[in-house]
Amino acid sequence: MESTNIIELKHVTRSFEDGFNAVTDFNLEVKRGEFVTFLGPSGCGKTTTLRMIAGFDLPTSGEILLNGRSITDLPPYKRPINTVFQRYALFPHMNIYDNIAYGLKQKKTPKDQIDKKVKKVLALVDLEGFEKRNISTLSGGQQQRIAIARALVNEPEILLLDEPLGALDLKMRQEMQYELKDMHKKLGITFIYVTHDQEEALTMSDKIVVMNEGKVQQIGTPEDIYNEPKNAFVADFIGESNIFSGIMTGKLKVRFGGGEYVCVDDVAQGTHITAVVRPEDIEITTPDKGIVTGTVTGVIFKGMHYEISVQVGRTEYMIQTVKNAVVGSRVGLRVEPDGIHIMVAEDHTNIFNAEINKNYRLEFNGTEIETSVTKIIKGSRRLEDGTLVDAHGDTIDLDRTRIQISIDPGDIEMTDEQDVGLVQGNISNLIYLGDRYSYVVQTDLEQDFIVYDEDLWNMGDRVSLVIPLEKMKFSYIRKK
Amino acid sequence: MKFSRKNLGIPYFLFLILFVVLPLIVLFYYAFTNGQGQFTMGNLTGFFTDPNALGTLLYSFAIAAVTTGVCLLLAYPTAYFLATSTIKAKSVIVMIFVMPMWINFSLRITALKEILTLIEGNLSMYPFLNAVIGMTYDFLPFMILPIYTTISRLDGALREAAMDLGANERKTFLTVTLPLSVQGIISGISMVFLPAMTNYVVLDMLNNSTYIMGSLIGSYFAAYNWNGGSMIALILLGIICLFTLLTGSGDEESQRGGALL
Repeated sequence: MESTNIIELKHVTRSFEDGFNAVTDFNLEVKRGEFVTFLGPSGCGKTTTLRMIAGFDLPTSGEILLNGRSITDLPPYKRPINTVFQRYALFPHMNIYDNIAYGLKQKKTPKDQIDKKVKKVLALVDLEGFEKRNISTLSGGQQQRIAIARALVNEPEILLLDEPLGALDLKMRQEMQYELKDMHKKLGITFIYVTHDQEEALTMSDKIVVMNEGKVQQIGTPEDIYNEPKNAFVADFIGESNIFSGIMTGKLKVRFGGGEYVCVDDVAQGTHITAVVRPEDIEITTPDKGIVTGTVTGVIFKGMHYEISVQVGRTEYMIQTVKNAVVGSRVGLRVEPDGIHIMVAEDHTNIFNAEINKNYRLEFNGTEIETSVTKIIKGSRRLEDGTLVDAHGDTIDLDRTRIQISIDPGDIEMTDEQDVGLVQGNISNLIYLGDRYSYVVQTDLEQDFIVYDEDLWNMGDRVSLVIPLEKMKFSYIRKK
Repeated sequence: MKFSRKNLGIPYFLFLILFVVLPLIVLFYYAFTNGQGQFTMGNLTGFFTDPNALGTLLYSFAIAAVTTGVCLLLAYPTAYFLATSTIKAKSVIVMIFVMPMWINFSLRITALKEILTLIEGNLSMYPFLNAVIGMTYDFLPFMILPIYTTISRLDGALREAAMDLGANERKTFLTVTLPLSVQGIISGISMVFLPAMTNYVVLDMLNNSTYIMGSLIGSYFAAYNWNGGSMIALILLGIICLFTLLTGSGDEESQRGGALL
């Protein structure tokens, strides 16, 4: 239903003059009364997104709708949205009463009503009678409460919280988590919360938006995100996990990490997949009962459980269990089918990084690629003294620029003649796809390439990969 | 004798005695004695009953007040836009404002004198105006710098918080930025107002023959009336102390606020 969405972000993108995209094509629908959390590492664009909702930053493209109406270009003071700032941003020249009453005074609320509302909201945050106190006399936790009170007193449609607990100590933080959750329940206001702390996100939210490098990785309930991570980033960021790359070998059968497992995800045979196994879902048994066997290489006592690492062939498994194990002993490992989460990579495009050498030519694995840098970076040109500048005339710092080359698996050719190709490697996995074979080639650069070929090669064969220049797609990344 | 870190303070201590404490004692001595070395309050009452001296005090006050006002009007908007803008060349622009301070003072005033002569023809037609122009030119950086520093140290989140709570740009400025930059304004005023009351060199160089406090003291000493000169110097000192006391309390208040950020 369209009408229950309080706020919608449609294709919101924020890019900066230097080509850096803080947020790319962000889409989100938030229902009235929801507790939504933006979760991601620092620099992932979560704060920028929040600032665009508040109105402190404007999207380069895309739309922000509040109750179905666009607020994209509205200044912050015209939005029925209030923010709790990271370091509170309380006005140091006003006492607590004036801080909280600030928003109401802007709205020309009558004095007796302001008095009543301030009193009420101070009771809500458990700081009754603090009206006349000075901001500097408060502890961090108390300042935090005042910041929340100052935002809530305006009865906003949406409350934005930008890492509000970041400056508090652990015990305070946990206490405030419960209180915030309580307040959310009591007031029924929509909360949008920004944090890099996955535990905080899992505890408090109705819905989590996991972000990385300016892009939404997954949107879902805490359970969804924990149990069914959509990609390796989410799996890795939310809780600890074992991440393996593998291949489907049959119906509900998958091979990864040195063994063949039964799984519950029905994925077509031959598909290249990423398997995620939570450390608590791996069971240690005797070698004869395990699906794979390995050697215990490390045991760490963590209070509630042991963290045990087991080396299986060339792969390391990380296991959390309440049972101890002896370092050096042989053990068997098994995983129940529902403990394995299969993620299908959307496409098998090979992506690799090339360097720009002193001659401003692309170089990969010691071979120059016959194309010019100015063609790849749109609008760029070489000045007379040789420096490279972009369309705005700013110097491009080569140390901070990466060129990415992508190539489809069908466009790579394999050959016996070792010095013909761009890179050499051994076939580490293969599967018949019906009309062709799909190969995983483990190259000497420790990067895997996926190659489709109609001819049959053998496991372990040494091949050279020919990558035609006209099939390469280039993109460039500028780091901040 | 064992060397202790306290010994490092000895040179400064001597300096303090020789050049601060002793002269002050001498100043007090001369201010409250007559030519024969006898105690008298005559110098004090003399100053406040001498219409010439009182006129000079008033005239100095007027020049200092107008100069300070003009400096503040020019400096605040400049400092505000410099501190809040995002332009890259910010530090260069601040430097341009400060740079005149590095050029010899008398050279600057001489140049100004030539320009004013070109415009006005005869400098003696606008003595007060010329004095204010000269002093504003001389003291403007001292007003810009403290205000600029205070505003740039303001947490940007405070302005955002005000806007978030419904205040438009004007309201945000009046209720948050301005009150929180008062400390910078006060130090700017104290760095302009008091020197402007005594800096007679600017007046002299711009052909303004009216006395201000600085030249008045000078004239007493030139006429070997050390007692009267000392008393006027003491009165000026009193005014400075009073001013510092009055603004000092506000200073402390905003520093506490600043520490919070």
